[in-house]
Amino acid sequence: MAMIFGFLYELALQGVQMFIVVLIAPLVMGVTRKVRAHLLRRIGPPLLQPYFDIWKLMHKEAVLAHNASWIYRVAPYFVFAVTWVAAALIPTYASGLLFSWSADLIAIVALLGTARFSLALAGMDVGTAFGGLGSSREMMIASLAEPAMLLIVFTVALVAGTTQLSSIAALFSTAAVGLRVSLALALFAMMFVGIAENARIPIDNPATHLELTMVHEAMVLEYSGRHLAMIEAAAQVKLVLYFSLIICLFVPFGMATGERSLAAFAFAMAVYLAKLFVLAALLPVGETALAKMRVFRYPVFLGGAFAAGALAVFLLFVSRGF
Amino acid sequence: MGTLAFDLAHLLAGGMLVLSFLLLYQDRITAVINVFAWQAIALSLSVAWQSIVQEAPHLVATAVIALVVKGFLIPFALHRIVRRLDIHREVEQVIGGGPTMLTGLALVALAILLVQPVREAGGTLTREDLAFALAIILLGLLMMITRRNAVTQIIGFMSIENGLILAASGAKGMPLVVEVSVAFSVLIALIVFGVFVFRIRERFDTVDVSALDRFRGERRER
Amino acid sequence: MPLVVALLCIAAFFAVAVLAAALGQRRDPTTTVYAASLAISTVLLLTALAHLIAGGPTLSVRMPFGLPVLGAHFRLDALSAFFLIVIDLGGAVASLYALGYGRHEDAPMRVLPYYPAFLAAMNLVVLADDAFAFLLSWEFMSLSSWAIVISHHREPANVRAAYIYLLMACFGTLSLLLAFGLLAGANGSFAFASIRGAEHTAWASGLAIILVLIGAGSKAGLVPLHVWLPLAHPAAPSHASALLSGVMTKVGVYAFIRIVFDLIGSPSPWFGLVVLAIGGITAFLGVLYALMQHDLKRLLAYHTVENIGIIFIGLGLALAFRANGIYFAAALAFTGALFHVFNHSVFKSLLFFGAGAVLTATHERDMERLGGLIHRMPKTAIAFLIGCMAISALPPLNGFVSEWLTFQAILASPQLPQWGLKLTIPAVGALLALSAALAAACFVKAFGTTFLGRPRTPAAANAVEVDRFSLAAMFILAGLCVFAGILPGIVIDGLAPAVAQLVGGVMPKQSAMAWLTIVPVEQSRSSYNGLIIFVFMVSSGTLTALAIHRFATRATRRSDIWDCGFPLDAPQTQYTPSSFAQPIRRVFGTVVFRVHEVLDMPQPGDTRAGHFGVRVIDPVWRFGYGPLARGIGWLAKHFDRLQFLTIRSYLTLVFCALILLLVVVAAWR
Repeated sequence: MAMIFGFLYELALQGVQMFIVVLIAPLVMGVTRKVRAHLLRRIGPPLLQPYFDIWKLMHKEAVLAHNASWIYRVAPYFVFAVTWVAAALIPTYASGLLFSWSADLIAIVALLGTARFSLALAGMDVGTAFGGLGSSREMMIASLAEPAMLLIVFTVALVAGTTQLSSIAALFSTAAVGLRVSLALALFAMMFVGIAENARIPIDNPATHLELTMVHEAMVLEYSGRHLAMIEAAAQVKLVLYFSLIICLFVPFGMATGERSLAAFAFAMAVYLAKLFVLAALLPVGETALAKMRVFRYPVFLGGAFAAGALAVFLLFVSRGF
Repeated sequence: MGTLAFDLAHLLAGGMLVLSFLLLYQDRITAVINVFAWQAIALSLSVAWQSIVQEAPHLVATAVIALVVKGFLIPFALHRIVRRLDIHREVEQVIGGGPTMLTGLALVALAILLVQPVREAGGTLTREDLAFALAIILLGLLMMITRRNAVTQIIGFMSIENGLILAASGAKGMPLVVEVSVAFSVLIALIVFGVFVFRIRERFDTVDVSALDRFRGERRER
Repeated sequence: MPLVVALLCIAAFFAVAVLAAALGQRRDPTTTVYAASLAISTVLLLTALAHLIAGGPTLSVRMPFGLPVLGAHFRLDALSAFFLIVIDLGGAVASLYALGYGRHEDAPMRVLPYYPAFLAAMNLVVLADDAFAFLLSWEFMSLSSWAIVISHHREPANVRAAYIYLLMACFGTLSLLLAFGLLAGANGSFAFASIRGAEHTAWASGLAIILVLIGAGSKAGLVPLHVWLPLAHPAAPSHASALLSGVMTKVGVYAFIRIVFDLIGSPSPWFGLVVLAIGGITAFLGVLYALMQHDLKRLLAYHTVENIGIIFIGLGLALAFRANGIYFAAALAFTGALFHVFNHSVFKSLLFFGAGAVLTATHERDMERLGGLIHRMPKTAIAFLIGCMAISALPPLNGFVSEWLTFQAILASPQLPQWGLKLTIPAVGALLALSAALAAACFVKAFGTTFLGRPRTPAAANAVEVDRFSLAAMFILAGLCVFAGILPGIVIDGLAPAVAQLVGGVMPKQSAMAWLTIVPVEQSRSSYNGLIIFVFMVSSGTLTALAIHRFATRATRRSDIWDCGFPLDAPQTQYTPSSFAQPIRRVFGTVVFRVHEVLDMPQPGDTRAGHFGVRVIDPVWRFGYGPLARGIGWLAKHFDRLQFLTIRSYLTLVFCALILLLVVVAAWR
C-alpha cells in the first residue's frame, strides 16, 4: 500500500513538472513581451495576452491550402508534443523525478531536433517560396548551433561526470564545483545557442511577419487557427525549456534534491518560478540592445558560441589534467 | 596550494585567453582596443594574485605597470590615434572570421600539447600559466598575420607581450629589472609604431599595411 | 551445423546464378531468381540470428578446395554471425523488393545472374578464415557488383562510374593483399588462426593498418577513397543500389574490424587517432557533398559516405580505448559502431527502395523535377519519411540510438591518458554533431522537395503508387527502424558476444535494466529509454489532440495558398533542392568546396536567357585524383617509348633487371 502510494506521489510530482512547463509557458512569453515593450517605452499587451491569443486562435477556423498533406495537419501537434516531452524531462523544481532518467541531455537536444525536423517539413509542404526559405534557414541555424551545443554538453559532462540532468543539477547545487571559468563560457555559449534556437533577436525577429530576413515566422506563414495555436504554444514551451535548461545547468540552487516533503517542493517551485521570470525579463534587455543580424552573419555569431564551448573544454582539460 | 588559489589563478589566466579570442572575434577597432585594455587589466589582476600566492612583493610592481601602462595609457593613446586618423571601423581581415577562430582553437590545443609534458617547469599552476601564455602568444601572432590594419597589428604585438608577462609571473622569480626593461621596450615599441602608423598614413593615405607591399612592388593587385 | 547450412546456402546462391544464366536465354527468370534469393537469404538470416542469439560456439571448417595443400578455411563466430545478419537481412528485403521492382528492368539478364552471385560473395567474405579465401571472395564480390553497376551500360556516365569503381576495387584488393603479406603468420601461413597467433612487429602492424584502411576503406567509402561510391551506387538498379550502399560498404567495415581488431591484436592508441580523424572528416565531407546533390540516389550514396564516417569514428574510439585498457568505453564505442552498421544497412536500404519507387513511378531521379508525391504515393511517402527521420538521428528511431552511444563513448574520452587524443576527440565530437545536424537538413531537403510541395513536372503529377512487394519490403525496414529505436536494448544485447570477442569488454546487460532503459555504463551517468520517450510522445500527442478537439473549433476550410497575400501559381516558384541548400552551401561550401555562384545576366535588349549556376570544386578530385591521374598519364606517356625498342635493348633491360634482383638477393643475405 505504502509502495503504491509512494509511486503515485512520485507520479504526481512528475505530472506537476510536466504540466507546469506547459501552463506557465504563455505567461513567460507575456513577461518577455511586456518587459520588451516597457524598454521600448510602450505599455505593451497585458501579461496574460498570450493565453488569450491561443484561446482565440483555437476558436478560429483553420484554413488549409488545397494541396496541404497530412504532414501539414499533423506537424503542429507533433511539434508541440515532442517539445513538451523534452521540456517535461528537464528537472525544473526537483531532481530525481520518476522519469528523469529516460532521456539525458543529449537525448533532450535530439528531441528538439525531431521537432525542428517536422516543423521544417511542414514549412515545405504547401510549396511556397516563404516556407522553403524558412525551413532552409532554420536547418542552417540548427547545423551551426549543434556543434556548439555538443561542446556545452561535453563541458558540463566533464565537470559533473554525467549527462543525466538530474544528477548534474544535484551536483551543481552544492558548492563543490568551485570557480569555473569553463562553466561561465559554457553558459555564454548556451545563451547564444538558446537565442538562435528560439528565433530571438539578433538571429531572428519574432515580431516580424513580412521581411525576407525572418526565419521561423516564414516557415509557419501558412498556418492558421488551431494549428497556429499549437505552433505558438510549442515556441513558448521551447523558450521555457531553454530557460529551464540554463537554470538546471548553471543556477540550480534551491532545487529540491534531497528532501521529498511537500513543503520542500513548494519552496523549490517558488524559487524555480522566480528564476524563470528573472530570465524572462533579462532576455528582452539583451534583445533591445542588439540589432537583427544579416543572415550570413549567423556563422560568426554561432561560431562565437562554438569557440566559447571549445575554450571551455580546453580550459577544463588544463585545470583537470595538469 | 589551496584550491581557491588555483581556481582564481585559473580563472584569471583563462579569462586572459578568452579575451585573446575576443580580440580575434571583434571586428571594430575601438572594440579591439577596449578588449585589449580588459586583457591588460586581467593580466595585472593575475600578476597581483600571483604576488599574493607566491609571496613575491615585487610582482606587485609588475601588476601596477601592466595596469597603468597597458590597461590605461596605451589604450588611451591608441584611441587617440584611431580618432586622429579617423579609422573607426576598419578591421580588415586577410582570412575570414570562422577559419581564424578555428585556427586559434587549434593553436590553443597545440599550446596545451606542447606544455603538458614539460614536468620540470614546476607546479601545476606554473605549467597551466605557461600553457595559457603560450596560447596567448600564438594567438597574438595569429592576429598580427591575419589583420591588415596597422593598429590591430600593434595590438596583436602587445597581447603577445601580455602572454610573455603571464608566463614570467607564473615562473617564480623574474627579476624586476627585466620587468621594467620589458615594459619600457614595449612603450618604445608603441612610440615607434605610432610614428610608423602616422608616417604610413601620411604617405599612403591609409593604414592598411598592404599598401606597403604595393609600394615595394610585391603585389600588383589585391 | 550453422556453418554448414550457411555454406550450403552460399552454394545454392551460386547454383541460382548459374541457373539464371542458363535459363535466361529461353524465358525471363526474374521472379524465379528473386524468389530463390529471398528464400536462401531468409534461411541464412535465420541461421545467423539463431547462432548469435543462442551464443553458439565458434565453428570452423576446412574445405578441400582452394590452394593445394592449404585448402579453404571458413569460420563462423559472433562477428561473422552479426555481419551475416546484416548482409542477409539486406539481401532478403532487396530480393522481396525486386520481386516487384525487377519487373521494370529493360534487360533483366544484365542483372539476374550476377545478383545471387553478389550475395553469395558477400556472405563468403565474412565467413572466410584464411587470407586466400578472403581475397578470392572479396574480389568475386567486387566483380559481381561491378557487373551489376554496369547493367545500364548505354548511359555513358554509368560506364565511367563502373570504370572508376573497377580501378578503385583493384587498388583496394591490392592493398589488402599487401596487408596480408605483411601479416603472414609463421612460415608464411595465411590462415587467420596463424596470423592471429603470430607476433607482429610494430612497423609491420602499423603499415598493415594503413593498408587495410586503404583497402577496406575504399570499399566502405572513406574520404578520399570514396570517389567511386557516389558514381557507382546510383548507376545500379535500385534494389542493387540498396545492396551496394547498405550492405557491401558494411563488408568493407567488416574487413577492417576483422583485420585490425581481430588479427593484428593490439595496435598503438595513435592508430585510433588516425581512424577517428579520418572518420570525422569522412562524416563531415560526406554529408556536405550530399547536401550539394539534387539527384536523389546520388544524395543517398553520399550519405553512405557520411554514415561510414560515423561508424569509423566509433571504431577509432574503440581502438583508442582498447589500447589503453579502458574496456567498458571500448565496448561502448564498438557497440555504437556495430549498431550503426546495422542501422545504416536498414535505413539506407529503405531509402534506396524509396528512391527506386520514385524512379519507377516518375522515371525521374532529379529532385528538381519532382514534388508533391505524398499525394500520389502516400504509402511510399510514409516509409520514406521514417527512413529520413531514422538516418537524421532523430529520437525515438534507431539512428539516434547508435549516434547516442557514440556520443557517450566520446564523453568517456577524458579518461584517455594521451593528450593528443584528449584534445582531438571533442573536435571529432563537434564534427559528429555537425554532421548529424547537416544530415537532418539534407533529409528535410530530400523529403521536402521530393514528396512535399507541388509537382514540378507532369511526370511527378501523374505518378502512381508502386506494387505490393516493393511496399512490403519498405515497410518491413521501416518497422525495423522503429523497433530498433524503441527497444535498442535487445539489439545491444544481441551485439554483446561480438563486442566481447573483439574488445574484451561488454556493456552492461541491457535486458536486465528496469523499464528497458539502455544504460551505457551506469544509470547515474547516462541513460536513454526509447520506449518511454515513444510512449510519452504518443500520449502527449494524443492528449493535445484530444484537448484541442474538445476545446477548439474543428472548422476547417480548404483554400488557395496564402503565401503572404501574393501567391504565385507556377510550381517553379517553390524552393528547389539547390535553393534549399544555398545557405549551408554558402556557409560551409565556400571554404571546403570553393563554391562560386555564377550569374550570367544578359544586357538589356539581349534576348538570350539569363543563367544562374553554382560552380563547385571538389577538393578530392582537384587536389587528389586529378594530379594523380595526370602523373600516371605522364609516366605512361614516357614509358610508352619502351614499346619501340630494338630486341637488343629489350635483352639489355631484362639482363639489367636480372642483375639488379640478384644483387638485391645477395645484399639481403
